Amino acid sequence: MVDVGGHMPERRIKDHPVLEFERGNEFYFDYEGKKVKAYEGETIASALYADGLRKFTESKLLERPRGFFCAIGKCSSCIMSVDGVPHTRTCVVLAKEGMKVENQGARPKFPFIEVEKGKRLERDIGIAIVGGGPAGLTAAIIAAEHGADVHLFDEGDKLGGQLVKQTHQFFGSHTEDAGIRGIHIADELIERAQELGVEFHNRSTVLGFYPERTIAVERDNRFEIYNTEGIIYATGAIENFLAFENNDLPGVYGAGGVQTLMNEQGIVPGEKVLMIGSGNVGVIVSYQLIQAGVDVVEVVEALPEIGGYQVHASKLRRAGVPINTRHTIKKALGEEKVEGAIVQKIDENWQPIEGTEREVECDVICIAVGLHPDNEFLRQAGCEMEYIRELGGYVPKRTEDMRTTTERVYVAGDSAGIEEATVAALEGKIAGAALTEEVYGSSKELEKKKEEAKKSLEQMRMGPYGEAPRQGVKMCTVDEEVC
Amino acid sequence: MSDYKSTGVISLDDIEVPSDERLKAGPVVIIECVENIPCDPCVAACPKEAISMDIITDVPDIDFEECIGCALCVTECPGLAIFVVDCSYSDEKCKITVPYEYLPVPDKGEMVYALDKRGDRVQKAEVVNVRQSGKTYGITMEVDKGNVWSVRGLEVME
Repeated sequence: MVDVGGHMPERRIKDHPVLEFERGNEFYFDYEGKKVKAYEGETIASALYADGLRKFTESKLLERPRGFFCAIGKCSSCIMSVDGVPHTRTCVVLAKEGMKVENQGARPKFPFIEVEKGKRLERDIGIAIVGGGPAGLTAAIIAAEHGADVHLFDEGDKLGGQLVKQTHQFFGSHTEDAGIRGIHIADELIERAQELGVEFHNRSTVLGFYPERTIAVERDNRFEIYNTEGIIYATGAIENFLAFENNDLPGVYGAGGVQTLMNEQGIVPGEKVLMIGSGNVGVIVSYQLIQAGVDVVEVVEALPEIGGYQVHASKLRRAGVPINTRHTIKKALGEEKVEGAIVQKIDENWQPIEGTEREVECDVICIAVGLHPDNEFLRQAGCEMEYIRELGGYVPKRTEDMRTTTERVYVAGDSAGIEEATVAALEGKIAGAALTEEVYGSSKELEKKKEEAKKSLEQMRMGPYGEAPRQGVKMCTVDEEVC
Repeated sequence: MSDYKSTGVISLDDIEVPSDERLKAGPVVIIECVENIPCDPCVAACPKEAISMDIITDVPDIDFEECIGCALCVTECPGLAIFVVDCSYSDEKCKITVPYEYLPVPDKGEMVYALDKRGDRVQKAEVVNVRQSGKTYGITMEVDKGNVWSVRGLEVME
């Protein structure tokens, strides 16, 4: 059921203390026979959400309603049929005038798209970079600065990866990009890459790796082949999920997904948010929700201590948000969508304490319990992988130069291990420099930049918060001879 | 050390504070940043080199004698953890400058609620200065001197 009419509170943000939303032309598309308003630049999922839709799909067996979750094309929770093509991730496809969007059944039929013979695109290129976030962009920039033929592939319409939703001033060194908001860092990197002649392939999903460094790409329902001299995978991360009763109800969203909807698309997720997890993502997104005018009712944290930086937690407390450690969510309430939650205390052995259950009034439950690297491609490319808890999951073995065990295949950013954007950018620099040297020959200048980046990286990982990545990276870093 | 790890609320025991003499001498910085995180924009923001670090994960080392209380660092700190207090001009009142990134932004002369570190309203206070740097504001309020160590935020009245 689509909730329509004027009684819905306006979900599109008008005034924001940090962001300005310049919406493009207003138009309409068709959703299940109904006209839905959208603005140029909005994804299908965002426009539907702003229109009041909460249920995007349903589970195949029990037909339970499902909402969106990640909002960045990683989870398939928002797939619909768009202009007759099922399994379209509505969160990464822009809405267009007159588009026909439909719910897809349990077993949707795929249309047959005929490709004219000889029309398949096949190209020989220099360096392919998969993923246009901070790691991919810095890799592209350093390679292009040294004359490499660089192609940057990203499945989104815009580049910048998750930087574009990071509205807070960055930590880190003022000699890097600290103090600057992520959104502006993305703009600068994109502009620089463009100036240097990096070829952007947006709306391009890299589907697979074939021997001798050939990649297959899908763009606008077309299949493309690129034979490359070397590849850097900078495909980022996927949000972790959490087991609790009713966790599949629409309204249970990834904190990153909420950040995308709110900071990139300018649409608030709801009115009252319960945040699960007090790591940096949890506390930062909570703060950004308040900035967007949304009430954060509570942050719960299973650990005895807050996971994120004290300064982030302190500003949340100053805004009157309680942070309850040694608490967990027991269940989400509601039938069709989230209408509340039950939270509960847990003891030293992580067991729920009976009698401490408490109902929390909320319409959104945000899950901020960490991320894991998105690097299926590397496994497919034959890279040796290792499970490193400190880096969030399986990561490729790599040299200090970010080279994997597969020849001329490099990795950078969260797909190499979960850290943060400044680290991703430094790893991108290292991988970009090293691969350029391998393909185009060594250079003193590249060597120098690479070593500087390694030094900065080492500094970023100092201190107690750098302990886990420091240990994790040590465990999966191998000598040059191995790779 | 207080229980800030589980509460998010910093106490006076956790931080470096200026001497009573320095507090009486004029505006001075209070930095409520106690963890070894990789961050240093405050060092670059200070025109008097009163904030220093050997490595980026150090806690800011403050030279209260060099600090002139200009509050430039207040709006540069990504953690919004820097404040400036001025206890030099009255027996009853003092001024506190806090970072602010919400809407609406109060005007000079406006009465607001001064909030403590838990977001509780401590008193009504007059905004005596508003300075903008990028999208972050440094808002200076006049509060009762007794609240100098509690007030760290503000809420605009409806």
